Amino acid sequence: MAAESGKIDPMHQFEVAPLGGGFNLGGQEILFTNSALWMIVAAIALGLFMWGGMRRELVPGRWQAAVEGFTGFISSMMTQNIGSEGRKYTPYVFSLFMFILFCNLLGMLPLGVLGLHPFTVTSHIAITGVLAIISFAIVLVVGFWRHGLHFFSLFVPQGTPLPMIPIIAPIEFVSFMVRPFSLGLRLFVAMTAGHVLLKVLSGFVINGFNAETLWLGSIVSVLSFILMIGISALELLVAGIQAYVFALLTSLYINDAVNLH
Amino acid sequence: MPQIAQLTADNWYLASQLFWLLVVFAGIYIVIGRGMLPKIEATVDARDRKVADDLAAAKAAHAAADKVEESYRQQSDASRAVAQKAVADAKGKAARDAEKRLAKVDAELGAKLAAAEADVAAARNSAMAEIESVAAEAASDLVAKLSGANVSAADAKVAVKAVLNG
Repeated sequence: MAAESGKIDPMHQFEVAPLGGGFNLGGQEILFTNSALWMIVAAIALGLFMWGGMRRELVPGRWQAAVEGFTGFISSMMTQNIGSEGRKYTPYVFSLFMFILFCNLLGMLPLGVLGLHPFTVTSHIAITGVLAIISFAIVLVVGFWRHGLHFFSLFVPQGTPLPMIPIIAPIEFVSFMVRPFSLGLRLFVAMTAGHVLLKVLSGFVINGFNAETLWLGSIVSVLSFILMIGISALELLVAGIQAYVFALLTSLYINDAVNLH
Repeated sequence: MPQIAQLTADNWYLASQLFWLLVVFAGIYIVIGRGMLPKIEATVDARDRKVADDLAAAKAAHAAADKVEESYRQQSDASRAVAQKAVADAKGKAARDAEKRLAKVDAELGAKLAAAEADVAAARNSAMAEIESVAAEAASDLVAKLSGANVSAADAKVAVKAVLNG
């Protein structure tokens, strides 16, 4: 085995590095980081994508049809899960879905070939956690705004027998309070795991070709590379699914707040 | 895991991530969620409404066409009945006319036939009478030549008549 075999660190890709341009905000140092850069890249890519669908033609072209496919997907999900009132929350859920989707997909781009360092914004619990907390806060605000203290009846499912309420209510309360954590963790873990797996496999590819017994190492490399192709496809699927799950669960939680049970 | 290690190790990490996330996400929400999305949805809604309207208009036009076709069919049925009646009338009239003319021609032909038959009978009678007189003359001539006896014309006539009529 070559001496540098252990040097490929699969966790290095998640490191947030300052790119300079820091300033002070209320005594707290704010730095412009690679994470911030990729968020802005995602926002610009999303803006360009949406701008291409703004022609507002009666018979849509390909691009407009693609954009309308995304908007129709989210707005039909909202009306299905929440009802006609769901359209009020479509802007938030659509922004959330598209932002997560673009961050996930941009992190998958093979820009390392060009010498750039792609960074997956959504592989950080600090990001996904904040997004989950925003969703949870919207649920709380909407719930208490619309139903007042009656919102607590959420913890007593309809038809619960009276003696069961003292047992059911704490369980429902815990499951309710776990929501923001599960919501944020799910996306963070899925993104992290996928990228770690890809990085480990790419380490195998490199180390295999550098191995002293080249024929054996080549077999390992080729097999790992084939596996990488499959897992990359799977990761593209996961990128879409995780964005969808985040948006879907947010819409379901908002449904709880709007319609109770 | 840098995602968790950096939370405590770098004091700028959390604030920077939060700040930029909020700035970028707020930008996306305002520009795309509030700005672009409603316009795209309005386009889709307008298209859906137009499609529904056009479908309704097509349905109404279809019903109107059905009604027109129905009235047209009734009209054509009525006019066909009128035409059939006219044809039947004309046919009856023509048949009656032909019958009448035929009867007239028939009667004329019958009269002509009867006249011709009467002529033929008269001719035959006169011819018969002529034959009788010629035969009587010939018979009296024959008798005179053979026997030298003079037979009167009246006698010869009686004898010939008896022979001719059996």
